[in-house]
Amino acid sequence: MSILIKGGRVIDPANKIDALLDILIEDNKIYKVAKNIKAQANSIIDATGKIVAPGIIDMHVHLRQPGREDKETVATATVAAAKGGVTTVLAMPNTNPAMDCLENVELSRGIIAKDARVNVLICGTITRGRLGKELSDIAALKKSGVYAISDDGCSVDSDELMFEALKEAKQSEVLTICHSEDRKLSSKGVINMGFNSTRLGLRGISNESEYKRVARDIELAEKSGASVHIAHVSCRQSVEIIAKAKKKGVKLTCETAPHYFSLTEDALLGYDTNMKMNPPLRSSEDVAAIKQGLKDGTIDVIASDHAPHTENEKDIEFERAEFGVVGLETELSAGITELVDPKLLDWNQLFEKIAFNPARILGLDSGSLSEGRPADIVVISGDKEWTVKKNELVSKSKNSAFLGRVLKGVVDYTICDGKIVYVRQLSVH
Amino acid sequence: MSWTKKDLLGLEYLTKEEIELILDTADSFKEVSTREIKKVPALRGKTAVNLFYEPSTRTRVSFEVAAKRLSADVINIATETSSVRKGETLIDTGKNIQALKADIIIMRHNCSGAANMLARALDISVVNAGDGWHEHPTQALLDIFTLKEKLGKIKGLNITIVGDIAHSRVARSNIWGLTKLGANVTVCAPEMLLPVAIEKTGAKTSSNIDEALKDADAVNVLRMQFERDEGAAFPEQLDYFKRFGITGERLAKAKKDIIVMHPGPINRGIEMSSEVADGANSVILEQVTNGIAVRMAVLFLVSQAREVKT
Repeated sequence: MSILIKGGRVIDPANKIDALLDILIEDNKIYKVAKNIKAQANSIIDATGKIVAPGIIDMHVHLRQPGREDKETVATATVAAAKGGVTTVLAMPNTNPAMDCLENVELSRGIIAKDARVNVLICGTITRGRLGKELSDIAALKKSGVYAISDDGCSVDSDELMFEALKEAKQSEVLTICHSEDRKLSSKGVINMGFNSTRLGLRGISNESEYKRVARDIELAEKSGASVHIAHVSCRQSVEIIAKAKKKGVKLTCETAPHYFSLTEDALLGYDTNMKMNPPLRSSEDVAAIKQGLKDGTIDVIASDHAPHTENEKDIEFERAEFGVVGLETELSAGITELVDPKLLDWNQLFEKIAFNPARILGLDSGSLSEGRPADIVVISGDKEWTVKKNELVSKSKNSAFLGRVLKGVVDYTICDGKIVYVRQLSVH
Repeated sequence: MSWTKKDLLGLEYLTKEEIELILDTADSFKEVSTREIKKVPALRGKTAVNLFYEPSTRTRVSFEVAAKRLSADVINIATETSSVRKGETLIDTGKNIQALKADIIIMRHNCSGAANMLARALDISVVNAGDGWHEHPTQALLDIFTLKEKLGKIKGLNITIVGDIAHSRVARSNIWGLTKLGANVTVCAPEMLLPVAIEKTGAKTSSNIDEALKDADAVNVLRMQFERDEGAAFPEQLDYFKRFGITGERLAKAKKDIIVMHPGPINRGIEMSSEVADGANSVILEQVTNGIAVRMAVLFLVSQAREVKT
């Protein structure tokens, strides 16, 4: 099986390439990247006028299976991923059962082997049942092949336990992903604390509840020497604290999600539950800080925090609705619309955040277009606009914060492991 | 000007002119309640449904009286005995009421934003009778109506609102309405009961009731909400009556004709002494009477807006 992608603008941050080139794929690998490749191929993709880049590696995805197949399954999520140009996802472990032991990881691996359309990597838990009480067998989880550990959705409140976890993680050479939130401070909050929480009469979640825990997690990272990745950074002070720690040399990376640079807390003014997530949409000042952090490199990664919920869980009273939004199908377009189009990042910098850096952080071969690497590639019409519509989302859940928004950038082809896993259907009008 | 909104969700969403239109309309309806036969046919053939998810007597009864004086048919749904108990969602309940061809839903709900959500989901009118900590627009409208009746105007008045501002929908609606009409609003509460950034509404804040009363033309005394326990602030713990309670002694140091309002029901001896509640400055029962006229106006205007649209 061979594929020749011809005449596209190839973006490859690993090799600092931004040029019109052809790519030849053979046997699931990138065989050659060069001008005017003359070769026979089973399929030829004309990429004239299109962007050709490494497939997106999304480090923060809730697949919901096993346990909540009514929200999403491995099958539906990975179809959505392919449509969004995502070729690898890191599956968060807050499933039912949680990914806290070998047996559960095996269960998940079985489903993935059967149903996944793109690469799915498993993240194990830090503590058993994500309860923050006793550590999972981190060494055994690592041996079972998890790419990271996280109690995502919860933070490990006990400093002592978190320190123990990080020491084990260092020993086992596994990345720890921190959901940095002090529940004692965020409490029953549902939106960002500020004038909007006051006028809407909703309980607020302060920046403090995030950045204080970010600071603690960094402190423990430094003390233990473990590699730590801070998930879904949403506020100014977190960016500042992370920048300072990085300067100091702490082994630290972090991510933000598209909604944190695309939307402010003003999106909440109509009580739209599709704007309800944790951490919450923040002030315009915070959004500016997130953008600046992406630009100056403090923020390494953009990940979707894809969190599907059914309509029954979203189309209800605001404070009773679940936290979270889907994002696999919109993250690339949000990045193009909010970052590349306004020239905050160039194409290479965008793909650094959504492919190259995640690969580096997770220790993957993909995320680059170097010859010999896995053929995970996305072909994009970078300028094409589309409107996000509920009935056109292929994820099982439709709780997108971008519904109704016009975004730039449409995926034409997604190639995963040398196979075309998504082709955009030309709309017939 | 004419009214165009099918719903009344909060005073934040209204213009000064729209608020004035409600007040003027209420003014013309007030007389109906003084007639021998207290009824006009304005809403004859219309159906209004009281959908109350929180216990309320005075607001529900006031709406019922208002609707009946306009000749509307009124149905009361107590959620404890309806299919809400069986897990029906708010939107499903609303759509069922709409399918019964009701014209207006008057809703009280313990979740902020519930009325906004229902209004978005339905074509019929939704009147917010209080949602969580968010808004209680008809209470503020009747407060403002009463003030205007007593003092002839709103612009330039100094109004103090005292109580648990953080958890009060009455406070929020009053702040929006009064500031839009040009009053100077001061909210007074223990610091922990002042919500974040409330001064961005234009209201001033104070934690000293004597200072907040000094130049006040009126004081609106909020009920301390025992039933909405947030685990934080109990009046006793705050020594509330001593620090913030409205007493004759405190009023003696305020303007002589200061108007004392309260949305009811009063906790005598907690936010206000009996002497003040029953005293010459109190307009508490007049507020109740004015509530009918204001709610008649609101029901009438939202029905009209729907008729214009269809």
